[in-house]
Amino acid sequence: MTTNATPTSAAPTRRRGIEAARARQAIWLLLPTLIALAVVAGYPLYRTIFYSLYDANLTSPDQRTFLGLGNFWFTTDGVGTGFLQDPKWWTAVKNTLLFTVVSVFLETVFGMIIALVVNSAFRGRAFLRTAMLVPWAIPTVVSAQMWAYMYNDSFGLVGRGILGGQALLANTDTAIWALIAVDVWKTTSFMALLILAGLQSLPGDMYEAADMDGASKWTQFWRLTLPLLRPALLVALVFRSLDALRVFDIMYVMLGPVNAAQTSMTGYARQALIDNQLLGVGSAVAVAIFLIIMVIVVIYVTAFRVRFD
Amino acid sequence: MKKAIAIVSLTAAFAAASQSQAVTITLACGAVGQELQLCKEGAARWSKKTGNTVKIFESPNLTNDRLGLYQQQLAARSSDIDVYQLDVIWPGLLSQHFVDLKGKVPASEIGQFFPRIVEANTVNGKLVSLPWFTDAGLLYYRTDLMKKYGYSAPPKTWAELATMAKKIQDGEKKANPTFTGFVFQGKNYEGLTCDALEWVNSFGGGTIVDQTGKITINNPKAAQALDTAASWVKSISPAGVTTYDEEAARGIFQAGNAAFMRNWPYAYALGQGEDSKVKGKIGVAPLPAGPGGKPSATLGGWNLGVSAYSKNQAAAIDLVRYLTSPAEQKIRAIEGAYNPTIPALYKDQAILKANPFFGSLYSVFTNAVPRPSAATKGKYNQVSQAFSSAVSDVLNGKSKGQQAVASLATNLARIKGRGF
Repeated sequence: MTTNATPTSAAPTRRRGIEAARARQAIWLLLPTLIALAVVAGYPLYRTIFYSLYDANLTSPDQRTFLGLGNFWFTTDGVGTGFLQDPKWWTAVKNTLLFTVVSVFLETVFGMIIALVVNSAFRGRAFLRTAMLVPWAIPTVVSAQMWAYMYNDSFGLVGRGILGGQALLANTDTAIWALIAVDVWKTTSFMALLILAGLQSLPGDMYEAADMDGASKWTQFWRLTLPLLRPALLVALVFRSLDALRVFDIMYVMLGPVNAAQTSMTGYARQALIDNQLLGVGSAVAVAIFLIIMVIVVIYVTAFRVRFD
Repeated sequence: MKKAIAIVSLTAAFAAASQSQAVTITLACGAVGQELQLCKEGAARWSKKTGNTVKIFESPNLTNDRLGLYQQQLAARSSDIDVYQLDVIWPGLLSQHFVDLKGKVPASEIGQFFPRIVEANTVNGKLVSLPWFTDAGLLYYRTDLMKKYGYSAPPKTWAELATMAKKIQDGEKKANPTFTGFVFQGKNYEGLTCDALEWVNSFGGGTIVDQTGKITINNPKAAQALDTAASWVKSISPAGVTTYDEEAARGIFQAGNAAFMRNWPYAYALGQGEDSKVKGKIGVAPLPAGPGGKPSATLGGWNLGVSAYSKNQAAAIDLVRYLTSPAEQKIRAIEGAYNPTIPALYKDQAILKANPFFGSLYSVFTNAVPRPSAATKGKYNQVSQAFSSAVSDVLNGKSKGQQAVASLATNLARIKGRGF
C-alpha cells in the first residue's frame, strides 16, 4: 500500500504544481488589464451608482445632498419627481425596446440571406463581401446625418422623391420606423459577416451526404444549417441586442436633443445629465439602463443557453 | 531730431514690451449664418491692435447643444476657452463660472448699453457678461408676392397671415411645387420655445411661468394659440416644418420657396446678399397678433463673458470690451444685421441704411418678451424642454391645445417640485 501510494499521489501534485504556476502566471499577465478595467470602467461605474443616490448638480458636483432612491421614485406634495414617474421615460423605454426588437430581427433575417448568398461560390464573391461592409464602415454620425438629409421633406431623396413630401422625422411615432430603417441599412452587413463566419465553419461533406439522401435545399437549411449555426447566431444576437439597447447617435443626430430623449433611453439620460444638469437623476437613469440591459442579457443567456467559449 | 528718435525708440520699446506679453485667447462664438465670419474678423481686428492672438472655437448651431458642451468645459474648470458667447437665458445657469465684470469694466462703458439687457446679465449683483447683440422674433415677407396677389401691407393678425399665405401658396404652387406659405422654427428645441412663446403671448396667454414662479400656461388663450399654430402645419406650412431650425427655415425662404418666415434679424443681411434669390424682395414687420392680443416678439440675444478659469483674464476682458464697443457693433450691424445693444446706434445713419427696419421696429426690439429664465433659474432648461415638447405634440397632431397645456402644467409642477 505505502509503496503504491507514493507514485500515484506524486504525479497529480506535480501536475497541480504546473497548473498552479500557470494560473499564477496568468494572474500576473492579466493584472495590468484588470487594473486598467478597474480604472476606466470600475471607477466610473462606482461614481455613477454613487451619484444616483444624491441630489447633485452637474455644474457644482461638490454640493450634494443624500436622497437615497429619491432620484428613481419620490413624491412630494402629491407630485412625483422621480424619473420613473415621468411618462417621457417610459416612452423612451418603449421606443428603445421596439427599436431593438424590430431592428435586430430584420438584421438577422437579412443578414442570414446575405450570408447564404455570399457563402456560395460565384464570380465576384470577394468583391461583394468587401462591398457589403461599406455601410458598416461609415461612421454612424455620418450615415445618420446623410439619412436625415435623405428624409428631408423638401429636398430629400426619400422624403421628397419616394414619399412625396412627407416628413417622417417630424413625428416621433413615425420617426422610430425611419430610424429602424437606417439601423437595418447600416448593421445588416455586420450581422451578415458574423453569420458568414459561422457558415464557413460548417463541414461541406455534410451537405454532399444530404444531397445523396435526396434532402431538398430547404430541408437542408432547416435541419442542418440552422441548428449547427445556432451558437454563432445567438452570440451575434446578444451582441446586436446590446448594441441596439444602448443606441444613441442615430436618434441624437436625426431628431435633435429633445426628441432623442423620447426615443432612446441613453438620450433620456443625456438630457437629464447634460441639458438639465441633473447629475443625480442622470446617474440614476444610467444605473437603470445598466440594470435593464443586464436583466435582458441574463434572460438571453439562460433561455437560449448561450455559450461564449 | 533727438525728440523724434526718443519717441521712435520709446514706441519700439512699448511694442516690444507688449509683444513679449502677447497671449493667446480662445473665443467661443456661434456659427449660425454669418456669425463665425464676423466673429473671426472682429477678433482679428483686436489682435492686430493688441498683438495678442485669438483662437476661435467653433460651437454647435443648436443652442441646446452649445450649452451642454460649455457646461462640461466649465464644470471641469477647463481653461481651454477664455471668452464665451452666452445666450441671454444662460446667466442664471452659469453665473458662478464667470468673472464679475462690474468694477473691471468702467461704469460709463456699462452705462451705454440698454439697461434692461444689462439687468438680464446681472445675477445677484454680479455682471456675468456684456451684451453683444440683441434679438427679437420678426416676420419676414416677400414684397414682390404681396404686390402680385394684391396685398398692400403685411398681416396684422395670425388669421390674416393664414389667409394671405394660403392665397399666395395656392397661386405659386402651380409654377413651383415646393412653394410654401409660412416657415418657422418647428423643431423640438429652444427655438420652438421662442416661437411658441410668441404665439401664446400674442393671444394673451401669458409667459408659461410668471415672474413670481407661478405656472400660468394652463389657460384657454394659450390652448387656442397652440391649436391655431397646429392648423398651419400641412396647410400653409410644409409637414417638415416640425423639423426646421433657424437655418432650415432661412434656407427655404432664401431659395424663394416661402412667402412668409419667422426668424431673427440676422436673416435680413443674408437674404439681401448677392447669392440670395430674394435679394431686394424682402420686407420685415412685427409678428402678427392673436385675436384681442398684441404682437409679441421673444427676446433673444447673445453676450460675451470671461471664464473664471481663464489664465489670461485681463486680455480676455479687453477682448470682450473691444467686441462689444460701439465701433464693433456698428460693423456687425451693417454687415450682418446683428442688433446693437447700444441705444445710440439705432440713430446711426449707416446702420439704418443697411437695415431700414431697425428704426421702424425699434419698439419691437425694446419691448420683446423675455423667456421665463429668471423665474425658473437653474430649471429653465427643463421648463423650456417640457414646453417645446408639449407644443411639438400639438403641432404633430398628437394632442389638442387644451389637453396639452393641462398636462404641461402637471409636468411643470413636477419639475418645479419644491420650487424653482
